[in-house]
Amino acid sequence: MGSSKYGDYGQLFWAMFKTGVLGFGGGPSVIPLIRHEAVKTYNWIDNDEFGEILALANALPGPIATKMAAYLGYRKRGTLGATVAVLSHILPSALAMIALMSVVQYLSGSQIVQGMIAGVIPVVAVMLGVMAYEFGEKAIKGLGAKLGIVLFVAAFALLQLLDVHDAIVIALFLAYGAFHFKIVRKLRERKQPKETSGG
Amino acid sequence: MDWWNLIVGFFIANVLGYGGGPASIPLMYNEIVNHYKWLNNEDFSNILALGNSLPGPIATKIAAFVGFDVWSWPGMLLALAATIVPSAIALIVLLKLLHKHRQSPVVKGMSLLVQPVIAVMMLLLTWQMADSSIGSSGIWHTIGIAAVAYWAMERRKIHPAFVVCAAFIYGGLVLSHVV
Repeated sequence: MGSSKYGDYGQLFWAMFKTGVLGFGGGPSVIPLIRHEAVKTYNWIDNDEFGEILALANALPGPIATKMAAYLGYRKRGTLGATVAVLSHILPSALAMIALMSVVQYLSGSQIVQGMIAGVIPVVAVMLGVMAYEFGEKAIKGLGAKLGIVLFVAAFALLQLLDVHDAIVIALFLAYGAFHFKIVRKLRERKQPKETSGG
Repeated sequence: MDWWNLIVGFFIANVLGYGGGPASIPLMYNEIVNHYKWLNNEDFSNILALGNSLPGPIATKIAAFVGFDVWSWPGMLLALAATIVPSAIALIVLLKLLHKHRQSPVVKGMSLLVQPVIAVMMLLLTWQMADSSIGSSGIWHTIGIAAVAYWAMERRKIHPAFVVCAAFIYGGLVLSHVV
């Protein structure tokens, strides 16, 4: 992309400012907004890379949105880019927090504020649902329908039914993923058309 | 030693919190209220309530406020840095490593296998959001807003920022009488 250095900083600032100011309800609600800016608006990365960043951000401790902002900034413009991205993402609300402490009783008790937050939640749900669908579609494309569905069920069982921690589930799937193509090749060499096994 | 305590306190609370900012809140409570006694229980509930009424990541809002409260602007910067920097560096280093070995089948397999997990995690989050929305604004508002949002973002390709702003306005005008 023939964008200039300052153009890059400007894009990072504007994208991360928007996602920081529009994301209500903490980290998860910000993820689809960050994806929209990084993948669709500015084409910094493609959807696959976004998936990798999200998975690792989830597997590491600490706040998720800020980690992703830091990485996107770093990828574009190194350490300074990371600093710009993180500060644009967190400073507006952090400063508002300090400034608004005196009206805290009013704000958190205000029906209008509560209504506004309630209005955004279904929108966030739609964005998350669309993301789930798109990742699911890609998983099926890459893994085939059979193995894909087996892995969906496995992930669902671990995360929801057995309540295993996100980080552990991601680590398990990554560990199998490291051997996935080796296993597939071995199976093919043995001329077995079946490609669901392992894990 | 305030500055050192800010660094250690926020570093520990966030480096032990898996699953993003919200997961770190109990750990931050432990450091802020029980360990260092920067705030009492009631103050902490107040800043948590305010934090939830404002946009943006929650962990950094709490860190900014407590840091400022303890040691003014430098305190705010230290608390924020302790919250963000360690895990951000870990992510950058890991992803750099991943990109170096982009072509290896090991890395390709890992980035393929992560997709079903992400899909399921997003699905579960969608469910949680829908559930909490039905709890606060009722099923018809939830379905109505979701349908309009889907139509606007996916069919008409309207930028989510506008959709979120429209939802704020609708929520402020209409849902404030419902919730």
